Amino acid sequence: MNQIMGQFGHTGGEEVPALECRKVGRTYMIKRGMFAEKQPLKAVQGINLKVNRGEVLAIVGESGCGKTTLAKMLLGLLEPSEGEILLDGMPISSVSILDIAKKVQPVFQDPYSSLNPRKTIEAIISLPLKVHKIGTKEGRHARVVEYMRLVGLPKRLIHSYPNQLSGGQRQRVAIARALIMEPKIVVCDEPTSALDVSVQAHILNLLQDLREELNLTYAFISHDLAVVEHLADWVAVMYLGRLIEYGRATDIFANPKHPYTRALLDSVLTPDARLGLPEITLGRGLPNPLSPPSGCYFHPRCPKATDECSQEAPVLLETEDRLVECHLYK
Amino acid sequence: MSSNTVLEVENLSVDITVPAGTLHAVTDLSLTVDKGETLCIVGESGCGKSITSLAIMNLLPGKATKTANKLSLEGTDLLSISEKEFANLRGDRIGMIFQDPMTSLNPVFRIGDQLEEVYIEHGKGGRKEARERAEFLLEKVGIVAPRERLSQYPHQLSGGLRQRMMIAMTLMCDPTLIIADEPTTALDVTMQAQTLNLLRSLQKEFNAGLILITHDLGVVARMADRVMVMYAGRAVETGTAVEVFDQPNHPYTQGLINCIPVPGRNEPGSKLGSIRGIVPALVGDLDGCMFRNRCDFVSDDCRGGDIELKEISPGRAYRCLLNPEESARNLTAESAA
Repeated sequence: MNQIMGQFGHTGGEEVPALECRKVGRTYMIKRGMFAEKQPLKAVQGINLKVNRGEVLAIVGESGCGKTTLAKMLLGLLEPSEGEILLDGMPISSVSILDIAKKVQPVFQDPYSSLNPRKTIEAIISLPLKVHKIGTKEGRHARVVEYMRLVGLPKRLIHSYPNQLSGGQRQRVAIARALIMEPKIVVCDEPTSALDVSVQAHILNLLQDLREELNLTYAFISHDLAVVEHLADWVAVMYLGRLIEYGRATDIFANPKHPYTRALLDSVLTPDARLGLPEITLGRGLPNPLSPPSGCYFHPRCPKATDECSQEAPVLLETEDRLVECHLYK
Repeated sequence: MSSNTVLEVENLSVDITVPAGTLHAVTDLSLTVDKGETLCIVGESGCGKSITSLAIMNLLPGKATKTANKLSLEGTDLLSISEKEFANLRGDRIGMIFQDPMTSLNPVFRIGDQLEEVYIEHGKGGRKEARERAEFLLEKVGIVAPRERLSQYPHQLSGGLRQRMMIAMTLMCDPTLIIADEPTTALDVTMQAQTLNLLRSLQKEFNAGLILITHDLGVVARMADRVMVMYAGRAVETGTAVEVFDQPNHPYTQGLINCIPVPGRNEPGSKLGSIRGIVPALVGDLDGCMFRNRCDFVSDDCRGGDIELKEISPGRAYRCLLNPEESARNLTAESAA
């Protein structure tokens, strides 16, 4: 598998990727009803990904596709039940949670619930330093001031509380808190979907600037495909816990291969008043992950499904520019 | 007023008493909706778009007071009727669809009971007719095996299915006006397109007027016949969807459209346009242009007086001192930058 990944796109195969997933999977044991046997729910299975330093990986898919489970594993908050995750070539399982936190930091969706309302902005941003026992009180204060400037927060807010800040300012606090440990990787879980349109643009511009300035790697989870197209170098499309298409953002947006990716892209509503609504023929919602469909997981919703699709599960194939899991491309 | 007009609102204002004084949530807002027409109200949080819909439905919180010169639904004067009569209108002639279908459906009653209740409550018929109507509408919204679905509880349905149930419920009494407040924000992209398609085709089929409230410019562009952009409680620009998106005249509308990444227009990785500053507080006496502190084209004239909503052609208006040629020039300068 490693070899497959090396063959397209990732130039300089010598470079140790900032982030790598090797056949990562996570299975939950779910009990349905009081006396029922526990059943396995494969929230994520067989994910292979590689991201180099300074690149943006976007993970897209519908709710319930395992995006957030994967993000939690990348953050070390959840242990993979199969496979391994490597940070700078080091297996995440061999590193303590505190050391993972030095390398990977999160920015969450809702800046209203992810900041402690009883702490001042200074206390919130400096918390990671405190936890890691870094610096003196004065040193930490100086760092907070520096990072507030970096994310564009006025210094006068340092003793304010989150409820005195606007949504955009709060998200800047969350970004400053994530960056103060100088992580290499930032996992952004829908960082702008709770924000207004005009504020979203500010935060996206900020994330772009910070990436260039600090050579950050982003794992960017989003359902807004226009944002993904704007920001991402690599796109991983997930469906029911599986990676079904993975490649360079430019390739995937120009020419989606998996029928599901195509449907996702067709659903994007660009602000063009001359176009009507797209016809989406996907029908039905996501199937029950406790009893996934036979063969290809996507076949009940797929407009191009054949008999083979319902019987035989496709394998992840490598084409010249991407990975795709579909019988159409054998 | 043409005979096609479903809703007519003239000079609607909503004031809310807050500890610091009076908050002008909506100021001097006028709108009309025709049969079979979709009016999209777009704006950011706090611009008064949801308060407007609540004012139309008479669901404002106790601290809010509304004043209007005219508020009429197909000839019925909504300003003079009692709350009891209003309660009869809601769910009957005015249908409502809210953002989160999970919180707008009652979790302890079966879907069928909730749909039928609307019908029976408004005196449209008995239980049998109600059940037939519910099954008919569930088929209309594309639900297979409607009979089984009707005996399920809301938690047994997916988000997309629940929102379709809400659409079906709204149509139970054949409303003349549907107000949908962010109906697809909680849904996945694929579900969003399907749900909007459904809403649109049913609205045309039932010939109802639709007010769609959203912050999503993509939804507005694809759904709207006419658009009203709101900022700080006022309408700042109105027009058909094509007019507003092709030739936005108000600097705020221009800014909003520039803020979102559009494939093909914005080079991947390039800087997005943005609007500086934040929304002004709406408490106390308000004067001049509300957008002036964030506007790139501000002049001294913007700071005081009453800036009027200038009509440049029927239905097409904007609230700015710049003349159309000037604002068009700004737009081209901005996209070139």
